[in-house]
Amino acid sequence: MESNRGRSTGSTGTAFSRRWVLGAGASALLTTGLSACGSGEGSGGGGDTITAFVYGDDAVKVQAAAVARFNKSAASKTAKGKVKLEKIPGSDYLPKLRTAMGSPSAPDVFFNWGGGSIKAYQEAGKIVDLTDVIENDPVLKNGFLPSVLAAGDLKGRHYGIPMRGMQPVILFYNKTVFAEQKIQPPTTWDQLLDVNTKLKKAGITPFALGGSDVWPELMWLEYLVDRIGGPEVFRRIQDGDAEGWGDPAVLEAAEMVKELIDDGAFGSKFTSVSYVNGGAPAVFAKGKAAMHLMGSWEYSTQLGKFPDFAKSNLGWAAFPKIEDGVGDVRNVVGNPTNYWSINPRTQNKDAAIAFLKDCASEAYAKDLVALGDVPTTSNAAALLSSAPNPEYAKFQYDLVQQAPAFTLSWDQALGDELGTKMHTEIGKLFTGKSSPSEFVSACKGLK
Amino acid sequence: MSVTDQTVASGRGKVRAGRPGAVWALPAVLFFTFFAVVPMALAFYLSFTKWDGLGDPKPVGLANWQKLLDDPRLTQSLTLTVLLTAASWAFQTVVALLLGVWAAGRQRNRAVLSAIFFVPFLLSSTAISVLFYALLDPNFGIIQKDTLGSSSGAFLAIVFVGGWQFIPFHTLIYQGGARQIPQVLYQAAAIDGAGRYRQFFSITLPQLRHTITTSTVLIVVGSLTYFETVLILTKGGPGTDTAILPYLMYEAGFKTYDFGYASAIASALVLAATGLSLVLIRLTGFGGMRSTREGM
Repeated sequence: MESNRGRSTGSTGTAFSRRWVLGAGASALLTTGLSACGSGEGSGGGGDTITAFVYGDDAVKVQAAAVARFNKSAASKTAKGKVKLEKIPGSDYLPKLRTAMGSPSAPDVFFNWGGGSIKAYQEAGKIVDLTDVIENDPVLKNGFLPSVLAAGDLKGRHYGIPMRGMQPVILFYNKTVFAEQKIQPPTTWDQLLDVNTKLKKAGITPFALGGSDVWPELMWLEYLVDRIGGPEVFRRIQDGDAEGWGDPAVLEAAEMVKELIDDGAFGSKFTSVSYVNGGAPAVFAKGKAAMHLMGSWEYSTQLGKFPDFAKSNLGWAAFPKIEDGVGDVRNVVGNPTNYWSINPRTQNKDAAIAFLKDCASEAYAKDLVALGDVPTTSNAAALLSSAPNPEYAKFQYDLVQQAPAFTLSWDQALGDELGTKMHTEIGKLFTGKSSPSEFVSACKGLK
Repeated sequence: MSVTDQTVASGRGKVRAGRPGAVWALPAVLFFTFFAVVPMALAFYLSFTKWDGLGDPKPVGLANWQKLLDDPRLTQSLTLTVLLTAASWAFQTVVALLLGVWAAGRQRNRAVLSAIFFVPFLLSSTAISVLFYALLDPNFGIIQKDTLGSSSGAFLAIVFVGGWQFIPFHTLIYQGGARQIPQVLYQAAAIDGAGRYRQFFSITLPQLRHTITTSTVLIVVGSLTYFETVLILTKGGPGTDTAILPYLMYEAGFKTYDFGYASAIASALVLAATGLSLVLIRLTGFGGMRSTREGM
């Protein structure tokens, strides 16, 4: 739920007045309020214009271009519908979608993270099962990497069409710092600890970490558990068995995290550093920290904030192997991509589906590539040479393509309620408020 | 309705001297009903339901209230809320009282400075919080320490930022209060040989006691609903160390989408705030509206 590009929870510009918060329980009123400033007329009703809610960050240019393209297309005329895009600032996206979906002015098409993030919508009958649509349409069926299409599934049924780049979590490093210290990016855990020691001796914090957001901390646990116990460990938890937290791999991962913290691998101030306000990326780009475990969007973040660093000094590597772990070193965690889903209440499902087909087009994939993203379309490989950094794009594509398992970010996979509670426990583990064993037992108690 | 009828009736007859009719209060009453009473009643109703914001709220009886009592985080939240309220009161009252009394003097520089002091109150809480968040950045801010990452640091930062914003307002109240104190009292005291401190403690403070009550009620009720600063500065962290009640409510409502439970927390807050302000008013005798000028 949290792990996304520029995702912030209220750290920017959201004014929650006291009255507003007091009235928060009275969401009935709130809903009317939001819809009044939201989608306006024509959404949810009327056949002419359908509304699409999208997470409003830099990547939204691609969707805006797609809407413009679709509205002029023959497909739009055949389906007698045009699309209107509502760009919602990232920090407001989830609450706004949630309140709008319960109101008369719900969007027809909406952006989501697949998996657990759409479970509540699926249970409430607010999302169209697209399995048959995809099966019967060659454009959609063959347009995307099957693993990515499947990663957003709920119980083997497709509810979404991939619409953004892939977002694996990658170990980024500062090439200049590594060259100065004469070290190589670690490929095993022992090497990683060794590199840490050398960096600390040189007065450099080994890893940048935006601890105040919590979700960057989650990435460590995701990879450690996967490398130690394989993807099955979290799969069990995701499938609803809270006892899965008792797997020895979870405890071992939590203990390794604690060792890293005690050892100063993240420095002494990481609990007040944030990713979304640019704190952690700046620490990393300025050489105060040598490495950064982050989603693939770190590249575009750095390109935006510190272009020189991104172009010449930013290196990337896969998460290292853990010697006695059973997980495949090629496994990846992160967000396979984002998805468009359709609200069953739409008055023009034909137009919605016709619009979603655009995501499989070459023009759409090219727009994503131009932005530095790696599309999840089956034609992506051929387009990567035109990326701003083809080498990085190729690394990312191969990483995902060759991964035996791609574990969806835990908070996304677990859904809002469990994900939020898990965040609380992870925050406590990383700030030392709970020990690794307390963390495990607290997680087992989550429901 | 009868109020309106009466007013209209009396309006039609003779002109009542002195007091305006109750109809003058109507816009305020309507606004208050629509924007405060109705949402509160809805929230109270929602507290007896389970609602994830998507389907229809389903009645669940007292389940949310039971959950509230059983929630281990409630104790922590309550403690934090009480601590925050106490610390905010102490900080804001002491500073605002001193500043207010000082600013009550008539010199020109005080008027100018008072106007400057008032500026923070004109900024939105969100803007102020974002500003302090940047200032407290551990790597690039002015205080390069792990302020917001340590429990005590985060708590003190919240108290300080809240004070920074609201002290100007309370200063204004105290300034007004202090200017109401008759100068003859000070003149008499001076003749009796009382110094500045004696004058402050024996005249200014007692004369300001209703002002203190007013300001205290505002601070206490305000601190109970403190939210934006916590959301922006700490998000309830580190861990759960600054997760005060309103933040817990936000989390229940807008992060876990358990609007029923969030409404139960909201209702509990409304009850607590109302109860607390009633108690404060009763204890301080403010409700009695006795004159501050006894003995004059």
